[in-house]
Amino acid sequence: MSPRGRFIVRRLLLAIPVILVMSVFVFLMIHLVPGDPVQTMLGFRATPRNVATVREQLGLDRPLLAQYITWASGLLHGNFGQDFISHAPVSTLLAQRLPVTIELTVLSMTLAVLVGVPLGVRAAARPGAVRHLSEGLVIAGIAIADFWLGIMLVLLFAGIWQVLPPSGYVPLLKDPIQNLRYLALPVVALAFGETAYILRTTRGAMDEVLDTQYISFLRAKGIAERRIVYRHALRNAAAPIVTVIGIQFGVLLGGAIVIESLFALPGVGRLIVTSIQQRNYVVVQGGVLVVAALFILVTLLTDVLVGWLDPRIEEGAAA
Amino acid sequence: MSDAILTLEHVDVGFATDDGTVSAVSDVSLSVASGEIFGLVGESGCGKTTLAMATMGLLPASATVSGSVRFQGRELVGLAPEDLRRLRGDRISMVFQDPMTSLDPAFSIGEQIAETITAHRNVQRGQARDRALALLADVGIPEPERRYGDAPHRLSGGMRQRVVIATALANEPALMLADEPTTALDVTIQSQILDLLRDLRQRLRTTIVLITHDLGVIAQLCDRVGVMYAGQLVEIATVAEIFRAPRHPYTQALLAALPTQHQEPGSLRVIPGRVPNLIDPPPGCRFASRCPYVMDECTIVPPLAHESADHLIACWLSEATRAAAHPAGAATGGAA
Repeated sequence: MSPRGRFIVRRLLLAIPVILVMSVFVFLMIHLVPGDPVQTMLGFRATPRNVATVREQLGLDRPLLAQYITWASGLLHGNFGQDFISHAPVSTLLAQRLPVTIELTVLSMTLAVLVGVPLGVRAAARPGAVRHLSEGLVIAGIAIADFWLGIMLVLLFAGIWQVLPPSGYVPLLKDPIQNLRYLALPVVALAFGETAYILRTTRGAMDEVLDTQYISFLRAKGIAERRIVYRHALRNAAAPIVTVIGIQFGVLLGGAIVIESLFALPGVGRLIVTSIQQRNYVVVQGGVLVVAALFILVTLLTDVLVGWLDPRIEEGAAA
Repeated sequence: MSDAILTLEHVDVGFATDDGTVSAVSDVSLSVASGEIFGLVGESGCGKTTLAMATMGLLPASATVSGSVRFQGRELVGLAPEDLRRLRGDRISMVFQDPMTSLDPAFSIGEQIAETITAHRNVQRGQARDRALALLADVGIPEPERRYGDAPHRLSGGMRQRVVIATALANEPALMLADEPTTALDVTIQSQILDLLRDLRQRLRTTIVLITHDLGVIAQLCDRVGVMYAGQLVEIATVAEIFRAPRHPYTQALLAALPTQHQEPGSLRVIPGRVPNLIDPPPGCRFASRCPYVMDECTIVPPLAHESADHLIACWLSEATRAAAHPAGAATGGAA
């Protein structure tokens, strides 16, 4: 097998224990709740009989290991359990909500990358006005909380200027234009801080690369400066930038929980928040599991991409 | 001396820093003849590399260059960046000290050579590739076809320096500046690279300026040598002349510091004192503070003067220097 193939297989195998450990944590979540989970779920007026019934329904009376195995083997068949309020399968709930979250996070990340990377490159390649501007943007992006920015955006665009809807959602397939109108504000609110991190990382990585001797040697070869910056330097700076984008994707998923609630977007994040309020633990479990799995998947893709960008990593891992 | 390919006249280079302007190169004038290997020797920080980078137009924005650098009759100081870029890698090329960090780790060695060709020549990719393969063979890389696609990290230091040299030769430049091309390599590889340079010079008639702190390298490879100290050029002579009869006190001290086989162990000779601070250095000869023959005139910069047809020296001890300075009246004034 080629070094690249071996590298990818290795990464895939490494993801298995991560998923296992994660599933154990998510499973134990229900048992980490102070007091009796069923009692908490049903409230204090529940009769002991009710509690016993629900406990049996949920299988909470069985040994912990047996519970886990049942739950985990259910997961393998796509069975996340049942919502005991609506009685709908959790997998159906998640399947409805997941596209919203994915669209929100992917759009936000795309926006952040499209703004952050070119600005970071330019700030590093041509110190001056762009660099000062980027410094201001980084400080603002890191200091301003996404929910505050979200509220301000709603006040301005929906309240004062009334050009965009304040909250709500239309599915992409139903009406793409309306869909984008509803998503515009949440995407900007979520992307702003992300842009700052990506800009700062890009600028730092580019600063470092542009300072190396091989960049001087490229200049000594008479290669045009544009080509040096965009083809050679950016290619070498790409690995740390992609790594940070991967990690920040996790932060974005966390941010989506807040932003979805703020803008009433029917995503997984809002589902989790509502379920927590309703003490609907099975749904919380499913939601957290899906978000975590999404993050593991992104990390995996990041690793593969970084290995592809820097062959020394692939070969080092295969040796 | 035959026709000069590179002529430097009164070149000054200063670097702006927070503490003041560092005078890295001060009033350097020299001339490199077409086809020769000219050595530039001096200790670290004496301005040899700065001089090379100034010639290439590769100094950072904090540097100011004044004086004149003429290459094949064309003035390079103040030349438009785009015109300088066209010269670099085409007519003038440069080899850097550390081959481990000279090549872009993300591209194959073959691509990096071919890129140098396509940057300056209007050729098909296939032609550039063929030429790159020929160059790899030329500098002694075994199995060029198989090596072409290799990333730099798969090659040893010596092999990488061969690739760097092949890159520098890609467009058959008239002048190659080699900045410590062997310093980062171990001794056996060093002599292989020196052999390669000698052989290439013979076949391609490329003029080479070899920058080094290693007098052994100078002795093996160069025709003439310029000695630099703290940004000033103190002596120029043929290699045989420098080793036989060094005239400047710094050159003499440098040669005396070379260890010999008959020397007692543990008795390395050193030059007492330290290199002066190059931020606002004292006027006059910069070696004065360490010179055993220092005299009153040394607070004035001695001009570089012909001691004989191919031996120039900048020291008040030399009659030639006095004679050269006299018409200008520098000996009496504070011209420094």
